[in-house]
Amino acid sequence: MNPGTRMPESSESPNSTPGTAAERTVLGEADIARALTRIAHEIVERNKGAADLLLLGIPTRGVQLARRLAERLAQIEPTFSGEHGTLDVTMYRDDLRRQPTRAVGQTVLPGSLDGTIDDKVVVLVDDVLFSGRTIRAALDALNDLGRPRVVQLAALVDRGHRELPIRADYVGKNLPTSRSERVRVRLADVDGGADAVVISEAAPTTSAPTTSPAPASTERGAR
Amino acid sequence: MSTARPQTFVLRGVRPYGTDPVDVVLADGVIAALGAPGTVEVPDGAHEITSTGTDEDGLVLLPGLVDLHTHLREPGREDAETVFSGTRAAAAGGFTAVHAMANTTPTQDTAGVVEQVHRLGEQAGWVDVHPVGAVTVGLGGERLAELGAMADSAARVRVFSDDGKCVHDPVLMRRALEYVKAFDGVVAQHAQEPRLTEGAQMNEGVVSAQIGLTGWPAVAEESIIARDVLLAEHVGSRLHVCHLSTAGSVEIIRWAKGRGIDVTAEVTPHHLVLTDELARDYDPVFKVNPPLRTAKDVEAVREGLADGTIDIVATDHAPHPVEDKDCEWSSAAFGMTGLETALSVVQQTMVDTGRLTWADVARVLSENPARIGRIGETQGRPIAVGEPANLVLVDPAATRAIDGRSQVTASDNTPFQGMELPGRVVATFLRGRATVLDGAPVDGTPVGGTLEGATR
Amino acid sequence: MKHLLTTQDMSKDDAILLLDTSAQMAATQSRENKKLPTLRGRTVVNLFYEDSTRTRISFETAAKRLSADVINFSAKGSSVSKGESLKDTALTLHAMGADAVVVRHSASGAAHQLAHAGWLDAGVLNAGDGMHQHPTQALLDAFTIRRHLVGHVGDDGRGTDTSVGADLAGLRIAIVGDVLHSRVARSNVYLLHTLGAEVTLVAPPTLVPVGVETWPCRVSYHLDETLERWQPDAVMMLRVQRERMSGGSGAFFPSPMEYSRKFGFDARRLAVLPDHAIVMHPGPMNRGLEISAAAADHPRSVIVEQVANGVAVRMAALYLLLSGTDSGDSGASTQQTSTDERNVL
Repeated sequence: MNPGTRMPESSESPNSTPGTAAERTVLGEADIARALTRIAHEIVERNKGAADLLLLGIPTRGVQLARRLAERLAQIEPTFSGEHGTLDVTMYRDDLRRQPTRAVGQTVLPGSLDGTIDDKVVVLVDDVLFSGRTIRAALDALNDLGRPRVVQLAALVDRGHRELPIRADYVGKNLPTSRSERVRVRLADVDGGADAVVISEAAPTTSAPTTSPAPASTERGAR
Repeated sequence: MSTARPQTFVLRGVRPYGTDPVDVVLADGVIAALGAPGTVEVPDGAHEITSTGTDEDGLVLLPGLVDLHTHLREPGREDAETVFSGTRAAAAGGFTAVHAMANTTPTQDTAGVVEQVHRLGEQAGWVDVHPVGAVTVGLGGERLAELGAMADSAARVRVFSDDGKCVHDPVLMRRALEYVKAFDGVVAQHAQEPRLTEGAQMNEGVVSAQIGLTGWPAVAEESIIARDVLLAEHVGSRLHVCHLSTAGSVEIIRWAKGRGIDVTAEVTPHHLVLTDELARDYDPVFKVNPPLRTAKDVEAVREGLADGTIDIVATDHAPHPVEDKDCEWSSAAFGMTGLETALSVVQQTMVDTGRLTWADVARVLSENPARIGRIGETQGRPIAVGEPANLVLVDPAATRAIDGRSQVTASDNTPFQGMELPGRVVATFLRGRATVLDGAPVDGTPVGGTLEGATR
Repeated sequence: MKHLLTTQDMSKDDAILLLDTSAQMAATQSRENKKLPTLRGRTVVNLFYEDSTRTRISFETAAKRLSADVINFSAKGSSVSKGESLKDTALTLHAMGADAVVVRHSASGAAHQLAHAGWLDAGVLNAGDGMHQHPTQALLDAFTIRRHLVGHVGDDGRGTDTSVGADLAGLRIAIVGDVLHSRVARSNVYLLHTLGAEVTLVAPPTLVPVGVETWPCRVSYHLDETLERWQPDAVMMLRVQRERMSGGSGAFFPSPMEYSRKFGFDARRLAVLPDHAIVMHPGPMNRGLEISAAAADHPRSVIVEQVANGVAVRMAALYLLLSGTDSGDSGASTQQTSTDERNVL
């Protein structure tokens, strides 16, 4: 067996983007920081505080964004417990049979929750909102963990082209894109370098999966 | 033989035993003339076969091959092979005589059954068929079969074997060795200690330990051979050891011969080249009795064959229907076909490596087996004027890809599937009649029997 | 991963991936709702030519927890016992559209043949073939060892399995009993070695295969000496089949009593071990023969946990066999698009 052996971290190849057109940076480090701060304020405002608030990041970059949001929330709202976790949605995806095998990631809930999310205010955090299928999977995954009072969605970038009736409650930046373009979020604590959101043309579809220029963050277990 | 159509052949530039080219004329069932190219008188209308190769790689002429160990399966398992199909395959492999093993159904343990097989062989007309008689009734290992009756029958049985089963009872083995002396017979022992090989599936060693198949220890073979050579010495009988497969067995035979014991030994083509590593993919085509051994054993049997410790190569041609090999290893039948690949394997492993000359090949595949089977009057004869024209013409420069399904035998189970082997039988002559020409069996011309055009 | 047939050629990365995936599966099994939608619409056939209710139920549970359809095809009372060949059964399963076949067979190599003979194209999961291999048993054993001796669930206060990603480097595992006939031993020797553990086989010489010298382990004929001097971190007891003791001159040891005295695991031998050491058994146990009740039921016995972990490991194996495209290079272009876009969903 050879598929699925690469772990997320080992498959990172941030510097290699063969076959892609020039990249365009649409958000810089300061833009991202500002957007996150704004989202944090909006979360507190919308929920009238931070009671029962639980941030769940969707791997890989959503996890880091959730952590950063939690830090901001803790500064804004001293009552915030700082609770955040990871929601792996791999086993709920609707495209498992159309993709190389994906390694299953960890779902991590804060220990204080004793494994349940019942009656929590869950904010799902992802980097880019696109077709909505990941969020659909995340909602199913949440359902199996318990029954939150309310579920909200925060995305750093909304690039449009939804395929499901899903919208974000908090958006860092709305980015009009064409379907052929790729939008990538780079975070210092995942990818190295500076935080950035970049747009590039998609690679030619003829390239083999193993030489895929896609940022490997979520392309786990590629054959 | 009276029905044989007269055929005359001239073989031009062929090399007897791989030596200098000569012209050979076959007429009236014998070698009529032999001499330097262009010096022999060729009768009118002679069918001409000309060697196109050089002095070094032109066609090699050998005495017709004699197999001391063939399973023709008839009567009983005509779904695997018949006397007709098996002997046709034998001819294609360059043989002019085969010894048909006794483990048929019913067993070849009476004069009636051996005469039936003998007659079927005559009717088929591809090679001389010499039935092997069972040592014990039904191969049961308990009571001697009527060895004398089989010896006196029209089949004139001289080789007795329970092949597939070992005559493991030492008293019974002693009696058999003694009894066959009366008619110059020989017991061909399938050396396999039954208690040490219960449920055994393959050679016991590194591979069996890893892949979890019940092991077949070398000692199960060697202990019987050791016992039997001592028994043969004690009662002053001759003994033939079938298909020995281990380095230890070679050592024991070498020791016994050094001691003057009248023992002969055989090795199969597959034990000259294949090892137990092939079992790793559980393809039952490699399941055989005795099992494929290790590379060390392969080297030992080659050495033994080269130095004369091992007297003959015998095929142990064991045809099986597809379903008996297309299944789990442990359910599969033992055995592999060999008649059509034997000469090529010997060429590859022994001749092309310089360990045997073509004259040695004639010795181990024709002269010695004919002598052991006591058919040396007609088979395994020298290539000389006046001798019966039982001959095989081989193209040593040819190579061929082995494909089980295109073999002449009715069965597909060759362990050499997909392999490239050197050498090709161009023609086989049985008493002057071509059974194989241009590498293909010549159908519809039986030579020996009374039924013209006998079919399977 | 197309098939799971043996641990012998499994790479360390693959082994750790299987264990890590098992850890995630295990995490889902403590939930109220244990069922995942992952393999919805896929068909798993349990093809059991040997009676093994425990293993079959474990696989069946695993497949059902992943929402696969499960068909149980057992030798008893079916065409299999009436002489239908493995090949014909395989062709039938192929015609029925099985996506994965879990096979248990008394013939060594049966799973390998099913996977490679061209009879069907489903993924094949070896649930024990003769004396050859039982890879999911070894994986669940390794998983159990890792959870206990490498990391602990919840050590970080966040419910994480802290052993995820780790191997078994430096751990000492003694495997005791009928090694000769044991697919569990064969599977474990290779897997544990690949994961960096040291293995010692302990058995009477009659129950050690000729040819064992190529195995990546050491062999001892003395249990007490191994426990005292080598101080294993885990002791894995193998089941001794009753039929090995009978058979007169073919018996492998003189008597059950003598076997028990020399190779049975009991409280006295447990006391010799380091405090952290665990006791394992693949089941079903012969209490009083290879293991005493006191040892089997001791707090350091993880035998019941092995059973529970079996479901998680088999879920992981089924997931890795059945998720993903059938082959790595099929439909490259359409796949490429979606792969590229995956990160920006």
